[in-house]
Amino acid sequence: MELLVASGIGVLVACGVYLLLRARTYPVVLGLTLLSYGVNLFIFVMGRMAPGRPPVIDPQASAYTDPLPQALVLTAIVIGFGMTAFSVVLALRARAETGSDHVDGSADTGVAR
Amino acid sequence: MNHWIIAPIVLPAMSAAILVLLGSKLGLQRALNLAVTLGLVAINLNLAMGAADGSVGVYALGDWPAPFGIVLVLDRLSAIMLLLTSIIALASLLYALRGSDASGKYFHALFQFLLMGLNGAFLTGDFFNLFVFFEVLLIASYGLLLHGSGGPRLKAGFHYVAINLTGSALFLIGVTLLYAMTGTLNMADMALKVAAAPAGDAALIRAGALIMLVVFAIKAALLPLYFWLPDAYSVAKAPVAAMFAIMTKVGAYAVIRIYTLIFGAAAGVAADVAMPWLLPVALATMVLATVGALASGSVRVLASYLTVTSVGTIFVGIGLFTPTALSAALYYLAHSTVTISLLFLLADLIGRNRGDVRDRLTRTFPVAQPALLGWLFLLGAAAVAGVPPLSGFLGKVMLLQGAQNHAHAVWVWAVVLGSALFMLIAMARAGSMLFWHVDTDPDTARVDSGMHASRADLVPLALLIGCIVALTIWAGPAARYTAAAANDLMQPAGYIRAVLGDSPALQSFGRSAPAVVERGGQGS
Repeated sequence: MELLVASGIGVLVACGVYLLLRARTYPVVLGLTLLSYGVNLFIFVMGRMAPGRPPVIDPQASAYTDPLPQALVLTAIVIGFGMTAFSVVLALRARAETGSDHVDGSADTGVAR
Repeated sequence: MNHWIIAPIVLPAMSAAILVLLGSKLGLQRALNLAVTLGLVAINLNLAMGAADGSVGVYALGDWPAPFGIVLVLDRLSAIMLLLTSIIALASLLYALRGSDASGKYFHALFQFLLMGLNGAFLTGDFFNLFVFFEVLLIASYGLLLHGSGGPRLKAGFHYVAINLTGSALFLIGVTLLYAMTGTLNMADMALKVAAAPAGDAALIRAGALIMLVVFAIKAALLPLYFWLPDAYSVAKAPVAAMFAIMTKVGAYAVIRIYTLIFGAAAGVAADVAMPWLLPVALATMVLATVGALASGSVRVLASYLTVTSVGTIFVGIGLFTPTALSAALYYLAHSTVTISLLFLLADLIGRNRGDVRDRLTRTFPVAQPALLGWLFLLGAAAVAGVPPLSGFLGKVMLLQGAQNHAHAVWVWAVVLGSALFMLIAMARAGSMLFWHVDTDPDTARVDSGMHASRADLVPLALLIGCIVALTIWAGPAARYTAAAANDLMQPAGYIRAVLGDSPALQSFGRSAPAVVERGGQGS
C-alpha cells in the first residue's frame, strides 16, 4: 500500500515536472495540474496511512485517523482548481493576443534564445 | 485581546468585496480604496507604535487557544512590515489614481486583495495560514500584473503564474512534511516540537526546512530563482510594479521569521539549517543582479535588477545571522522597498516624457522637463546605490559593521561595496543616456504637453522621497526599532511564551540554546 501510494505520487510529480518544462502552454497547464494532484495525494498521506478509520468522533470507532491533512487537502484542492481555471484562461488569452501558444509568445524567440 | 490586530486583514477583505460589486463606478472605487488605504496607514502606524515596547500581541481567532486555533501575532518585525506595506500601497495608489487604474474594471478590488494577502502573511502565526495568505496575495498579483493586458504582459504573466504555482506546490510539500514530523502547524508550537525532535527525524525535518527555503527564495527572487522577476516587473504598469517592490520582501520576511523562530539556533537537530546557504547565495545574487543592471536596456528593467540586488543585500544581512546584521537587513529592507517603488514610478514619468521610445535607453529628443526629472533621477540613483547622506548608505554601513567579525567578512565587504559602485555606474549610464545623449535636431517629434509630469503626478514620489529623508533624519530611532526587532528574533522564547504561555517544553527550549547568547555578543 505504502509503495503503491508513494510511487503513484512519484509518477504524478515526474509527469507534472516533465510537462511543466514543455514549450507550449497547454502541456504546461496540464503539468501544473498533475503536479497539484501529486501534491494533494502527498498532503493526504502525510496524516499517515490508516485505512478504515474515521477522522471525526464516532462512538463505535476504536482509533482515528488524523483529520487535519484532510482539511488541508481540501484547501489545496480548491486553490489548485481555481488556479488551473485561471491559467487556462490566461493561456487562451495569450494565444489570442500573440497568435502563438508558445510560452515565450512565439516559437522563434524561444529558439533564438 | 487587542482587536486592532485583525483590522489590517478584515478591512481590505471587506472593502475588496465591496469594490468588486462597485464594478464600473470608477469614482466610488477610487474614493473607497483611497479611504481604506489611508485608514490602513493610520492603523498600522498605531500598531507599530504599540509594538514598540516589545510586547507581542496575540489574536486568537474565535478565541480558540493557541496550538489548536489559528493565531495572528504582532511583534516588532510584523509591525515594521505592515507599516511599510501600507506606505508603499498609498504611494502606488496615488499614482494609479492619475489614470492607469482605468484600463481595467477590477484594479481597486485586486489592489485591496493584495493588501489583505500581504498583511495576513505578515501577521499570521500559523504555517498553513501563511500558505493561504501567500496564495491570496499571489492570485491578486497575477491579476494586477496583467492589468492593462497586451502581448508582452500576457507572456511574462504566464511565466510568473507558472513559476509561482510550482512554488506553491513546493510550499505544500514542505509544510505538510513538517506537519507530519511535528504534528502541529502553529509556528511557535512547531518551534518547540522541532527543538525536542529525536535525532531519527532529523533528515525529514531538515528536508522540509530546506524545501521551504526554496519556496521563499522563489518569492524573494534569490540567485537561481530570480529569472522570472525582471520580465514580470518590467512589463507591469508603473503603480503595480511600485507595489510589487514589497512582494519580494514577503519572501525575505518569511525567511527571517521561519529560520529564526523554528529553525534558529535552538532548533536541536535542525539548528541553523538554512544558514550555510543564505550568505553565498545572497552574495552571488548581488553580483549577478548588478551585472544585469549594467546590461539593462530600459529604466524599468534596470529598476527590476536593482530590486534583485536589494534582495541580495537584505539576505546578506540575514545570512550573517548576528543581531547587528539582522537589524541592518531590516533597516535596509525598509529603505530599499521605498527606493525601488520610487524608481518604478520615476521610470514611468520619464517614459511619458519621451514619446514612443518610452524608457528605453536609446538616443532620442530631449525630455521636456530635464531639470525636474534629472534631479529626481539623481536622487533615486544616490538612494539606490547607497551614497551618503541618504538612508541606503546608513543601511549599508550598519550591514558592513555587522559583518566585521564574520569569517567571510572580506567577501561581504567586497561584494556589497563593489555592487554599490557598479549600481552607481549603471544609474549614471542610464541617466546620461536619458538626459544628455539626446538628439537636438529640431525635426524630431516632441511629445505634447499632456504627457508631462504634473504636480499631482509628483505627490506619490514626494511621499516616497519623504520616507527616505525621514529614514535618514530619524535613522537613530529607526535603527533602535530594527535592533530591538532583531534581538526579539534572536530570542524566540519571548514570541513562543506570548503565543503558548509558559510550558515545561519552553523551559528546556531556553536552556538548549546557549548559542543564542554567544551569537548575540559576537556582532555588537
